[in-house]
Amino acid sequence: MRMRWCCPAFGALAIFAGAAIAGAVVPIAITDLVFSPAEITVKVGDTVEWTNNDFVDHTATATDGEWDVAIPSGKSAMQQMAKAGTITYFCRVHPGMTGKIHVVSG
Amino acid sequence: MLHTHSNILGLAAALAFACAAGPANAGGNPTDPQIAHIAYTAGAIDIEAAKQALKISKDANVRAFADDMVRDHQAVNDKALALVKKLNVTPEDNDTSKALTKQAEAKRAELSKLSGAAFDKAYVDNEVAYHKTVDNALETTLIPSSSNGELKALLQTGLKIFEGHLQHAEHLASTSK
Repeated sequence: MRMRWCCPAFGALAIFAGAAIAGAVVPIAITDLVFSPAEITVKVGDTVEWTNNDFVDHTATATDGEWDVAIPSGKSAMQQMAKAGTITYFCRVHPGMTGKIHVVSG
Repeated sequence: MLHTHSNILGLAAALAFACAAGPANAGGNPTDPQIAHIAYTAGAIDIEAAKQALKISKDANVRAFADDMVRDHQAVNDKALALVKKLNVTPEDNDTSKALTKQAEAKRAELSKLSGAAFDKAYVDNEVAYHKTVDNALETTLIPSSSNGELKALLQTGLKIFEGHLQHAEHLASTSK
């Protein structure tokens, strides 16, 4: 009985996960405490993927508080850009690290 | 306040000593084994300071900063240990490391008498001062004096990380009441 409930729920999650990366995935590398490229333009619905090549953890934290993405050392993390506008972001641990994302309507 | 100043002056003097009185090579600058020891000691001191903050502080922002300091400095020191092992270098204790440790013990004793907002302010102010001093020592003495390329590169990355800590600490100091 438990399985019958479990499987549809899992299916729904999979659909959500699929929807979350429906747009393009745009990569940003973090190397030696620099976001590269530091400035990008994406479309609404695209997902930005940061890859942390450093041996310390970083974050990508939107200045307006919209999102706060933890990017552990050696790992990648993603954030979908939900609405048009220009977002500046920084690393909370090393605030000198900054980046800018222009999100334009598709 | 007088204590704070005297400790910072002592710390600056200790790190200046690394430049002026390193006993080792012809130029009077510290050797790579001494630089490795000084850099490791400086990191270990900040980890101890952060652990003290995590024991005493109840402020979420201060605790988050202290968590960051433990994690980052541990990561840098782990890298440093792996590098000296790879290079077959034995870090060498020296007067600068000893002076740094002594200053840090005095500072921890001073902070242990505080609690609440008074502790938070003293800890964050000291983090600002400490990172300023260490960053300056890295930039003006330890990096230029290091002869091994990999050690120099690690110190340069360390400097970027610690400059980030300084900005973080300064932000915390400016926003905490």
